[in-house]
Amino acid sequence: MRILRAIFGHTSGRIGGAIVLLYLVIALLGVMGFTPHDPLMQNRLDRLHSPTITYWMGTDLFGRDVASRLMRGVGQSFTVAFLSVAFASLAGTVLGLAAAWFGHRLDGIIMRLMDVLLAFPAILLALLVVAIVGPGTWTSVVAIGIVYTPIFTRVVRGPALSLKARDFVDAARTFGSSRTYILTRHLLLNLVAPLTVQITLALAWALLTEAGLSFLGLGTQPPASSLGLMLSDSRNLMETAPWLLVFPGLAIMVSILGFNLLGDALRDILDPRMRRSNP
Amino acid sequence: MGYVTRRLVTFPLVLIGVSILVFVAIRLVPGDSITAMLGTEAGLLTPQQRVALTAYFGLDQNWLVQYWHWLLGLFRGDLGISVAYGKPVLDVIFDRFPLTLELAFLSMIIALAIGLPAGVFAATHNGRPSDLMVRIFAMVGQSTPSFVVGLLIIYMLSVGFGALPTMGEFSPFWKDPLRNLSQLIFPAITLGLAFAASVTRISRSAMLDVLSDDYVRTARSKGASARSVIWRHALPNALIPVVTLSGMEFGYLLGGAVLVEKIYALPGLGRVVLDAILQRDYALLQGSVLFIAFNFMVVNLLVDLAYSALDPRIRLGER
Repeated sequence: MRILRAIFGHTSGRIGGAIVLLYLVIALLGVMGFTPHDPLMQNRLDRLHSPTITYWMGTDLFGRDVASRLMRGVGQSFTVAFLSVAFASLAGTVLGLAAAWFGHRLDGIIMRLMDVLLAFPAILLALLVVAIVGPGTWTSVVAIGIVYTPIFTRVVRGPALSLKARDFVDAARTFGSSRTYILTRHLLLNLVAPLTVQITLALAWALLTEAGLSFLGLGTQPPASSLGLMLSDSRNLMETAPWLLVFPGLAIMVSILGFNLLGDALRDILDPRMRRSNP
Repeated sequence: MGYVTRRLVTFPLVLIGVSILVFVAIRLVPGDSITAMLGTEAGLLTPQQRVALTAYFGLDQNWLVQYWHWLLGLFRGDLGISVAYGKPVLDVIFDRFPLTLELAFLSMIIALAIGLPAGVFAATHNGRPSDLMVRIFAMVGQSTPSFVVGLLIIYMLSVGFGALPTMGEFSPFWKDPLRNLSQLIFPAITLGLAFAASVTRISRSAMLDVLSDDYVRTARSKGASARSVIWRHALPNALIPVVTLSGMEFGYLLGGAVLVEKIYALPGLGRVVLDAILQRDYALLQGSVLFIAFNFMVVNLLVDLAYSALDPRIRLGER
């Protein structure tokens, strides 16, 4: 509640939160199929129709309603982004905690493995995973998840190491608290703040990467809709039907903006050191 | 162990890890290696030819031996033959690398030329409407994917000027500088704009930090002019995070900007990787991915070393 109030009191937080909330509603409606038209239904008489009352955002080359496809696309992009960030944050937290807690050899092995993954530019690593598994929605989830796991591992390991050396952890050990209890109650709970910030910012990157993979034809496969795919389809038609470029482009941009604003606000609120130089 | 020594010691270890990962990843591709290597042409092979090829490439040996031979090949500069291009993988990579390098340089120049002054301006006008404007532009810029910017630029060019960015066969700078620049300027602007937003944010934030430091206050109280305080005293220290960010971004760009290269039909390194995936040219994929990761690691190492040289606290192992 306190955090929600703080977000509401922060300008970026308010704007970012409102955008994210709006997108969540759109995504949910899109996933559940509550769209103005059937996103897959082709209407050859209404091909490349400019925006009207019936078709708010116009129609595409096959006469499909762009607004409905966009809603479904937002749903698809958000599903991939949330699943992949859930994957990365879970894997990263487990690995980071294990590295910090057990230290020594395990720490060395885990962190060098993460260094290896970080040695690849993000999109390249994602492409490598796609090359192995083949394109598709689940591939995108795994690919983006793997790409961002090392970042979460690093975010967790650093603070976990310093928390481990704190007196209250020693005290808990002395009182005979179990390892699981200390790891979850004392370490994990204290890591909620940096993790929340990282998850919010990672969602923005995940949306960006998902859109990029789909744009390249290696993410969501047609006829399913995704924002990246819609943009890719717009390339040869942008002169005659600019709405095919403008709406999905804006949709991607504003969604990423929302998560970036919210992430910045959360960082300001949860990490007081950042307040002075809020970029 | 000091930071620099630790970084230098772990570098070869991580490099070996990267080579193992790339080697194993390619072998995890479904189907047998001959099919992976020859793509669709493998279907034309007789069983005898397939056995002969398997023996020829040493694929009948275990992975450890195969990896060792591959590693030895790497040291000789032999990354295998690209089936799609019909020539050594290293030749394909070196054909494409100049474009990627030039594009990375141009984008960096554009990003720094816009981002650095904008960041300094915003920091020195902290809290004023002009600062807010810069921050909004930077935030929006950072949230706009490069391929959206690229498509918008192409749209504006075609609708506003009835022209398209120069595409077609790529001319190297030394052959036809004008045509070369006309081919690369819009992709460079596309990549540079997105990166300029990050530079603006980080340089503004770093400048704000530095401007409130004691030594800057001292310089001010000694009567140094505002210009001298900003450019001589504050900026050099504020540049440290900008150098790091720029170096990392340069490392990314050396990996080829897959999306922007696709939009502008540029034959850079990113396209090589994409083509290798789409055409199932695994020798090329293996080689190009390794080459890009190697570049990325070297640039990151140099950035870290530069960072520690600029900031003595890191050199002394405080982090």
